[in-house]
Amino acid sequence: MKQFQYVRPANQQGVLAAIAQPGTKIIAGGSNLVDLMKHGVMAPDKLVDINKLPLRNISGISNGLHIGALALNSQVAEDQQVKTKFPLLSQALTAGASAQLRNMATVGGNMMQRTRCPYFYDTAMPCNKRAPGTGCGAKEGFNRMHAIFGFSDKCIAVHPSDMCIALAALDATVLIQGRKGTRHLKFTDFHRLPGTTPELDNNLAKDELITGVEIPNNNFAQHSYYLKVRDRASYAFALISVAAALDIQNGIIKDARLAMGGVAHKPWRLTTAEQLLKGKPATVATFEQAAQTAMQGAKAFKDNAFKLQMAPASITEALTHAAGLV
Amino acid sequence: MKQQELLNIPPLTEGIDRVDGRLKVTGAAKYAAEFEVPGMTYAVFANSTITKGTIKTIDTKAAERAPGVLAVFTYLNAPKVPGYQTGGDPSKPPSGGGPLKLFVDNTVKYNGQPVAMVIADSFERATYAASLVKAEYTKEPHQTDTSKVLDKAATPKGPRFADYKRGTPDDWQSVPVKLEAEYVVPIDVHNPMELSAIIAHWTADDKLTVYDKTQGVKSTQNAIAQAFKLPPDNVQVTAKFVGGAFGNALRTWPHEIAAVMAAKQVKRPVKLVLTRDMQFYTVGYRPYTWQKINIGATADGKLTNLVHEARAQTSSFEEFTEGTVNMTRFMYACPNVGTIYKITPVDVNTPTWMRGPGEATGAFALECAIDELADKLNMDPIELRVRNHADTDPENGKPFSTKYLKEAYQMGADKIGWQNRKSKPRSVQEDGWLIGYGMGSGVFGAGRGRATVKATMQSDGVLLLQTSVTDIGVGTGTAMTQIASEVFTGIPVSKIKFELGDSSLPPSPTQGGSMITSTVGGAVHDACVALKEKFQQLIGNGGTDKPDYIQVLKDKNIPQLDVTITSSGNSEMRNFSSYSYSVHFVQVKVHPKTGVVRINKVVSVADSGHIVSPKTARSQVIGGAIGGIGMALMEEGVIDHRFGRYVNADLANYHVPVHADIPHIEALFVNKPDYKVNPMGAKGMGEIALIGMSAAVANAVYNATGKRVRELPITPDKLLG
Repeated sequence: MKQFQYVRPANQQGVLAAIAQPGTKIIAGGSNLVDLMKHGVMAPDKLVDINKLPLRNISGISNGLHIGALALNSQVAEDQQVKTKFPLLSQALTAGASAQLRNMATVGGNMMQRTRCPYFYDTAMPCNKRAPGTGCGAKEGFNRMHAIFGFSDKCIAVHPSDMCIALAALDATVLIQGRKGTRHLKFTDFHRLPGTTPELDNNLAKDELITGVEIPNNNFAQHSYYLKVRDRASYAFALISVAAALDIQNGIIKDARLAMGGVAHKPWRLTTAEQLLKGKPATVATFEQAAQTAMQGAKAFKDNAFKLQMAPASITEALTHAAGLV
Repeated sequence: MKQQELLNIPPLTEGIDRVDGRLKVTGAAKYAAEFEVPGMTYAVFANSTITKGTIKTIDTKAAERAPGVLAVFTYLNAPKVPGYQTGGDPSKPPSGGGPLKLFVDNTVKYNGQPVAMVIADSFERATYAASLVKAEYTKEPHQTDTSKVLDKAATPKGPRFADYKRGTPDDWQSVPVKLEAEYVVPIDVHNPMELSAIIAHWTADDKLTVYDKTQGVKSTQNAIAQAFKLPPDNVQVTAKFVGGAFGNALRTWPHEIAAVMAAKQVKRPVKLVLTRDMQFYTVGYRPYTWQKINIGATADGKLTNLVHEARAQTSSFEEFTEGTVNMTRFMYACPNVGTIYKITPVDVNTPTWMRGPGEATGAFALECAIDELADKLNMDPIELRVRNHADTDPENGKPFSTKYLKEAYQMGADKIGWQNRKSKPRSVQEDGWLIGYGMGSGVFGAGRGRATVKATMQSDGVLLLQTSVTDIGVGTGTAMTQIASEVFTGIPVSKIKFELGDSSLPPSPTQGGSMITSTVGGAVHDACVALKEKFQQLIGNGGTDKPDYIQVLKDKNIPQLDVTITSSGNSEMRNFSSYSYSVHFVQVKVHPKTGVVRINKVVSVADSGHIVSPKTARSQVIGGAIGGIGMALMEEGVIDHRFGRYVNADLANYHVPVHADIPHIEALFVNKPDYKVNPMGAKGMGEIALIGMSAAVANAVYNATGKRVRELPITPDKLLG
C-alpha cells in the first residue's frame, strides 16, 4: 500500500481541522478501510484516527436512544437497552461480519463501509465507483450479488451493511458535526443511490464527522425480525436481508417498518408495503401481498434473477417471524 | 461374539494426543514464512492484468527508485535459470507441455501471471514498489471459459487415460431402465490457512538453504537442484510444519524457482509469501469438469451398463490430468462399463490435485447418478448399492485385499437413523424446514511406497525416528509415534521423538495420495523391529522383550544403537486390489422459501484398515467431511471470462464453511486391518474423507426438496421455485 501519515487528534476540533485537508480519511475500526488500502482501492495521504473522541456511549434520551459513532458493533449488539427496545438492531448487528470484526467495527464506520462489488475491489477491472468513467464491470459481468432496485447505468453495486438496514427501518437519525455546526439527517437520506455519481456512497461531506445516531422510541420491540439469507451461515454478505418490524394489536397491524438489504445501493426502505400492511390482519396472506407490492419496479441482471423470487419470499418469511407465526 | 473380537482386534481406543499439538496452539510451531535469516529481503510480484498476449513495454524505473528496493526483475533482465535452458523440468508433473517459466520472454499466458518481481528490504516497501511497475500489453483474444470449449477436449496421451471399455457398454438395445445425466464441478481452490511461502538463502555460490511450504522436501530439493544444476545435497530444504496444503504444495511452482533465482542475484536471502489473491492465480486448483453418466439397469436394480465421461480444463501450456472416471470401472459389479476422459486447454494457470483429486469430482457424478437410479427404480439407495456390490475387482478380476464396504453402509445407516428417510422426496417437514437424508460413497487406492527411516536408541532412552516426510497437518508425527510405541511397547510415548520435514534426513515420499501412513508407517514399523532385533542380538539369548535400553547401552559401553531401513510393499500386493472406502451420510434441512441449506447431521464411515492413530484419524475424517460440504454447498472460483480474472479471489467471497455451517460430525471406523498392504494393517484416509461427500449432500438435498442440482455448488438460488 501507499505510504501515508497518521494522526490521532485529541478532540473533535482537531479532527474537524484535520479532515478539512485534502487527501485525508477518517479511520475508526479500520475493518474495511485497511482492506481497501491494501488493495490499492483507496490511497489516502493521511489517516485521521478518531478513537480519542468521546463517542462510545450508548445512552437513553427523552424520546429514544443515542448511540455514539464509535460504539463498537459488538457493544451495541449486546447492549441491554438496545436488546430490549430495539432487538431488530441487535439481530442485524450479530448477523453481520464475524465476532472478531464486530469487536473492531464502529457504528459510524459501519455506515461508511463500501460496497463489496468485486469490480470495485480489483484495480485491474473497470468500476465507475472506484475510477469514474471506466465503466461498470458488473453490469455485463458477474452480478449475482448485485442490485435489483435503484441502480443506474453507471453502477449496480449494493450497500453491504446489515446494521444500516435495521437503522433505516427504525427511522433513525444521523448526527453530523461540521466545522460550521451540527446537522441531523434522516438515516434513509444518509446513503445515496448511484445515479451519475456512483463514487459518492452517501451525503456526508468530506469535512464532516458522524458523531452518532438516534433511534426514536417505537412499539415494535415485541414483533421484529431480521432475516439474512446468505450462501453460508456466518461471515457472508446478504443475498437478501429483511428488517421487519410490526406493531400488532389484537391481531391487526397498527404500524409496520420494512427495509431490505442486498438489493440496492442503499438500505431499501419498503414504504409502499408498510402502508399496505397498516390496518390489515397479521396473516401470511397479508404478508405475501405486502411482499408482492414491495417488488414493484424490481429488475434483475444476468446472474441475480433469483432475487426477484428470493426477495418477496424473504419479506414474507421475515414478517411471519416478526408476527410470531413461526 | 463381536466381529472385532473374532478378528482379534482391540477395540478402537482413544489413542495418543497429537504430538505437536502444544507447539501449534502456543504458536511455537514454525511455518516456512516464519523463519528469520539475517539480511532478509522480500519479494513481491507485479502481475499481468491481461489474459493473453505480449508485454509491449514494461517500465520499472519508478519501482527501482522506490525506497528500500534492491532489484526489479522482468524478462528483460532476469538471469537465466540454468535448468530452463536445457528443458530440464524443475516442476513435475505435466503429461504434456511444460510448466510456466517466469521472466524468460514477453508472453503472457494467463491473467495474474507475474511480469515483474520486486526485491526490497521490507515486505511493505516491496509491495508498494510492485504497484509502481507499469506494463503495456498487446492483447490477443483469450478463452477462459471451459464450458465453451468442451467440444475441443482431447484424450491425453498415455495408456492411463485411454478410453476404457469392458463388455458392450454402448449397447442400450435391451436395457430396461436407463438414466442419463450431466454433472458439473466448478473450479475449487485449495485455500489452506497457510499461504504459499519460500525463503531462499544461498549460503555459498553453489549451496542453498530453503524454507518452503511444501508437501515434499525431497521433491523440492530435486526440483531446485535440477533448475540450478546443483547436486541435490547442496540444496537443504526444510518444512517442519505445513499449515494445510490439500495438494497445492505437491509441486514446486514457478514462483519458487523465481525466488531462488532472485536470492542468487541480490546475494541476500529472499522471502516470498504469496498474497491470498495470488494463491488463486499461482498454485493450482481443482479443475472445472463436466461429466456425463449413462446407466442401464434391470428393473430389480442390477446394473447392466455404465458409461462415465469427463471433460476437464487444463492450461494452454501444460497438461494436467487426474483419475476422474477411474472409480466407475470397479466400484460396482457391472458387466458393461466404459470410461472416457478428456482435457481441454484454456488460458488459465495450470490446475493441480486437490484433496480426493479426480475421484472427488468423479464420485460426485457417479454417486449422484446411482441415487438418481435408485429414485427411478423406487429402491433404497443403499439396497441398490448392495445389490451391485463388487465382491472381486471387476476391472482386473483380482480379489480385494480387504473390503468392508457393506459393513460401512450398515454402520453409517444405523448411526444417522437411515430408517427415518422417506423414499419420496419432499415428504418430511420440521419447523418449516424440509428434511432430507442422503448418502454417497468414496474410494481411493491403498498402496505402499518406498521410504527410509533411521531409528536410533539414544543413551538417554529416547527413541529417535528420522525421515524426510512432511506433515501437512494430518498428524503424521503422531501416527508414526503411535506405530513405534506399538513395536517398542516398553517405551512411553513421551520418549519417542519423530523428526521430519528436512531434506537431509533419510528419504520419504511427498505427503499426498493417502500414502504416508502406509508407506512411512511401514518403514517406521520395520525400522523399529530391526532395532529391537539388534538389541536382542546385543543382549544375547534369554534377553527380555522389554530390556532397559539405557542400561544395555551403558553395559555395552556404546553411545547409541541405530538402524536405517528402507522398506516398501511386498510383491504379494500385486495379486490383490487394495482400496480404502468411505461412506458419508448426511441429514440436511432446506428452507422451502429461501433455498437455504443447513447440514443437521453428518456421519462419515471409513473402511481404511486398522486405525493407527484414532484421534488424528478422527480429525482427518472431520476435515474431509467439512471440505466435502464446502465443495457441495459453497466453493466455486468464479472467473469473469471477459477479463479472464477471478471475481472472488479472497476468503470473504470464496466461501469455505465456517463453524456455523458445520454440525457435530460423527467419524466411524470399520477398523479391520489389511495386513497385505503393510504390517500395521492400515490404509490411507486423507482422500476418502472427502470423496463422495458432495454427492451425499446433493442426494440429501434432493431427498429434502425433490430438486436435483447437478452443478455444484448447491447455493440457495438453485433451490428456489
